Amino acid sequence: MQRIGVFVCWCGSNIAATVDVETVAQTLAKEPGVVFSTDYQYMCSQAGQELIQEAIREHRLTGVVICSCSPRMHEATFRKTVEKAGLNPYLLEIANIREQCSWIHKDKLTATQKAVILGRAAIAKVQLNAPLTAGKSPVTKRALVIGGGIAGIQTALDIAEAGFPVDIVEKKPTIGGKMTQIDKTFPTLDCAACILTPKMVDASQNENIDIISYAQVEKVQGFVGNFSVTIRKKARYVDEHKCTGCGLCTEKCPQKKVPNEFNLGLDNRRAIYIPFAQAVPKVATIDPNYCAMLKSGKCGVCAKVCTAGAIDYKQQDQLITREYGAIVVATGFEPIQLDKFDEFAYSQSPDVVTSLEFERLMNAAGPTGGTLLRPSDGKHPHTLVFVQCVGSRCDGAEKGKSYCSKICCMYTAKHAMLTREKYPDTEVYVFYIDVRTPGKNFDEFYRRAVEEYGVHYIKGMVGKVTPQDGKLKVQASDLLGGRQLRIDADMVILAAAIEPDKTARPLATMLTASMDTNDFFTEAHPKLRPVESPTAGIFLSGACQGPKDIPETVAQASAAAAKVIGLLVKDSLTCNPCTAKPDELMCNGCSSCEKVCPYGAITYVDKSFRGPNRTTLIRRVAQVNPAVCQGCGACTVACPSGAMDLLGFSNQQILAEVDAICR
Amino acid sequence: MQSRVIEKAASLLESGACTRVLGWKAGAFFYDVTPAVFTCAQEVREQMVFNPFCGANLSKYLIAESRKEGRIAVFLKPCDTFSFVQLQKEHRIARDKVWAVGVQCRGMCDIDSLKELGLKGVTAVEEAEDDLRVTTLYQEKTISRKEALSPRCHTCKSRKLLDCDELIGDQGQDLPSSRFAQVEALEAMTPEERFAFWRGELSKCIRCNACRNVCPACSCEKCVFDNPNSGVQNKAAASSFEENLFHIIRAFHVAGRCTDCGECTRVCPQHIPLHLLNRKFIKDMNEFYGPYQAGGDFDAKPPMLAFTLDDPEASIITNGRDGQ
Amino acid sequence: MQVNETFTPTIVAFCCNWCSYAGADLSGTNRLQYPANVKIIRIPCSCRLNPMFILRAFQRGADGVILCGCHPGDCHYTTGNYYARRRMTLLFSLLDFMGIERERTRVEWVSAAEGAKFAATMNDFTQTITRLGPNRRLEDLRCKVE
Repeated sequence: MQRIGVFVCWCGSNIAATVDVETVAQTLAKEPGVVFSTDYQYMCSQAGQELIQEAIREHRLTGVVICSCSPRMHEATFRKTVEKAGLNPYLLEIANIREQCSWIHKDKLTATQKAVILGRAAIAKVQLNAPLTAGKSPVTKRALVIGGGIAGIQTALDIAEAGFPVDIVEKKPTIGGKMTQIDKTFPTLDCAACILTPKMVDASQNENIDIISYAQVEKVQGFVGNFSVTIRKKARYVDEHKCTGCGLCTEKCPQKKVPNEFNLGLDNRRAIYIPFAQAVPKVATIDPNYCAMLKSGKCGVCAKVCTAGAIDYKQQDQLITREYGAIVVATGFEPIQLDKFDEFAYSQSPDVVTSLEFERLMNAAGPTGGTLLRPSDGKHPHTLVFVQCVGSRCDGAEKGKSYCSKICCMYTAKHAMLTREKYPDTEVYVFYIDVRTPGKNFDEFYRRAVEEYGVHYIKGMVGKVTPQDGKLKVQASDLLGGRQLRIDADMVILAAAIEPDKTARPLATMLTASMDTNDFFTEAHPKLRPVESPTAGIFLSGACQGPKDIPETVAQASAAAAKVIGLLVKDSLTCNPCTAKPDELMCNGCSSCEKVCPYGAITYVDKSFRGPNRTTLIRRVAQVNPAVCQGCGACTVACPSGAMDLLGFSNQQILAEVDAICR
Repeated sequence: MQSRVIEKAASLLESGACTRVLGWKAGAFFYDVTPAVFTCAQEVREQMVFNPFCGANLSKYLIAESRKEGRIAVFLKPCDTFSFVQLQKEHRIARDKVWAVGVQCRGMCDIDSLKELGLKGVTAVEEAEDDLRVTTLYQEKTISRKEALSPRCHTCKSRKLLDCDELIGDQGQDLPSSRFAQVEALEAMTPEERFAFWRGELSKCIRCNACRNVCPACSCEKCVFDNPNSGVQNKAAASSFEENLFHIIRAFHVAGRCTDCGECTRVCPQHIPLHLLNRKFIKDMNEFYGPYQAGGDFDAKPPMLAFTLDDPEASIITNGRDGQ
Repeated sequence: MQVNETFTPTIVAFCCNWCSYAGADLSGTNRLQYPANVKIIRIPCSCRLNPMFILRAFQRGADGVILCGCHPGDCHYTTGNYYARRRMTLLFSLLDFMGIERERTRVEWVSAAEGAKFAATMNDFTQTITRLGPNRRLEDLRCKVE
């Protein structure tokens, strides 16, 4: 039999002026199960709390109803109060008779009647409350960063600085990401390599950081604080520990015709290669698609020249499984494929390049040694046309992307400015829809390009580019001048839209992290929790969450690191006890609940049940991980069997409230 | 067809490919056909039938049958295969324990349709191309198959046989169907007329639970209405509200999972057109969230378990429709 | 339906804990009045609202039921209100299909900052329900046709 205590608060005159608290207390005293009922000026005061505690002990209360202000105000206070008196803190319900009653009604009789009904509903609910205990789950004090670009490096460095071990998994042979390919950075025009490579070295030398390069995440299990991740480290056919990075093998390898992805295919590399001089780790990698030894068993030059004996043609992929407390996604972006934009003749002329290719053509370590030369004939170009928004801000999603890629306006201004600075004899045109330059010193930078460097900015889009007689005939419209333009250009540079890396979606599936329709990771809250995924323990860093420039990426990377550190300093996590709970006997294993769970808290197991005539039936049933479940209740309604219920807000509890209000 | 189905069933048992066969056998009358499991070829030859009255959808029985030892062969008509796929999507059927034989269908007949034609004391019905030769105690008459069809078969949505291991007859095609016409007719009525219609229909409910028990989507281990812990358990109606609650909640629970097989209406002893409630959900989901056919494939996400950012608001029901 | 002056409807408002319940608190803090007929039940998220709760309220004598949740895009649990929106749209459509007054049920998105909207919504909804009169149809659905 329940023994419920009811405590009606006056809140000074806040409640007592419009609600006859004495009548409320007396009326509620007659409710079934109520053994004690009283009113008091301030329940939340020290004296009020003691009154509650005393009543709990004296009347051996099994449930407490407090008619007072909003539970959003003092639920936590009163939970502690009853807990100190030896009652489970979840055997408490609050009837909100201030914000939702005394403050909105003027007539005392009406307000008093309503307060009684609200009290009844709380009593009806508390009858069905079960003692709940917030569970604890341990935290593995190691973080995983997926992606070794500037975002991943920054996050890893910050976490490592705080004293926690962190692994970086990078799919390429070296960390560094897109930033290694960039020549200069806007708006300060400092050299990207000069600011990035020291960070790469820091990462490799930090004792807390383990770089797992040329590797990919294969499987993720577990939940916040307790992830188990399997990583496939691809065979690079070179022993990382023996290789000194001397580079002799890359000079002697007879296979010279391999497109160099670091320079975006603008020049060639060997079948054994080190992506670039400052690569981290600086070890060679054999490309199995081109290596004659691996393909046909005939060659072996690299093994002969390697003094360290690091070449190992028999190396196999390696699977590493490690435990982590937190995972940071920093998978970054790729420029889109331009095959749907053939009006710009990208596939027809080598002199039509993407902006990233243009970076390589301007870079001192690039294929032309930093001299801007046309890819077709190696001559110096005189007229350059930049086309903005290629694939960004497209109306129909079938051709490009509906979003703004954000970085193109600024890097195009940078390219135009650098070109004019190095080669004052060039004419530079930029065609744009809008120029978007919010950011510190960004608009000033763009205006400098126009005003000081004489770049021709023309509002309008390029309609067609036709290669003809060694020139690129550009047809475009000048919207402000209201005329059609025809320009004979030597080079056309396309600001291709950026999209999330192709590995992001399968990774999101493994992590049960949510993504938007463009494959960008979704944040837990767009304003207030921008670096966390809705899935607990998964954090977002850099362009995997949306287009970003370097300073923004670094800021978000550090923010993600701060969140990870905040998680890893805890020895254990307190779980929200109001979680979903399946009734295995009722569950039919249909997976409806799993499909609506935003947290991936629901899994399925095959369990044995007793069938008729001493048989054993094996059935698939849902399991909720209370450490991951946040208690929204979406699953409880998706479940047609009513097998899924929510602790603290159970079907029966809510129905009891409904009944009490409607009776 | 009858002989091919029975021979197939017998040979599957004789060859040992399957240990049991799920099919139909005649009840007290030849048109009173009931689902049955056969374990030997002799039993099949003696008792199994496949005639135009084998309307029962066998897919639901596979939930229990596929959990047993050995493989079971099952005969599925096109509309049954949709339920078969849907149940697999819900992980209810162990597919590797089932040998699915798809049987092409030209529409199933209903003894009530024959009775409406004035044919009483029917003793036998023989199929002949597009006609049926009906023998009664009093006469022999040839009628077109169309006249004898079960009402649900007039609005057949598809003759496609999905996910079968072998076929008897052709693979089949989706059909142009006017299955929403009745729903549309109701929608066109005033709320008062609709209310009168449903009051008339639901008043007949005797809460026998036949609709629930036959429904392949109502395959819960225990129905919420039978579960004392659900807070809504009620085996017998305590008030006039209970049936409404039962039918609305039942329709809601199968929304997005109902393949529109029409079994609920077929088995209702009170002839309540229960399928209209499900069909209304199907029509709404198609209109609001894009076309979806439950059990139509293995990949599509059921609309009740998905969303888009710009779904219509619930106020569309109040404001977005024609009428008052 | 006749307007009954003495009829005071019973209205159940299901409010999500994070936005609408806070919005209701705010209308209290700002002393914005709305009728005492409205009784609020706190649920963690609009997606917790089982159609069963709505029907049960009607069964036990409620005349109107309203669901308030975070605006689409603002759900504390990111996706809950999107599921709630689909479920309620379909449920209301079915009730309408059965001839139940379509205005007896409503969904309204109220943020934690929209105390005024909460009060205005409740005033408007109570007026609507008072105009509709007592809920009879769901209860009467099964009574014999005269």
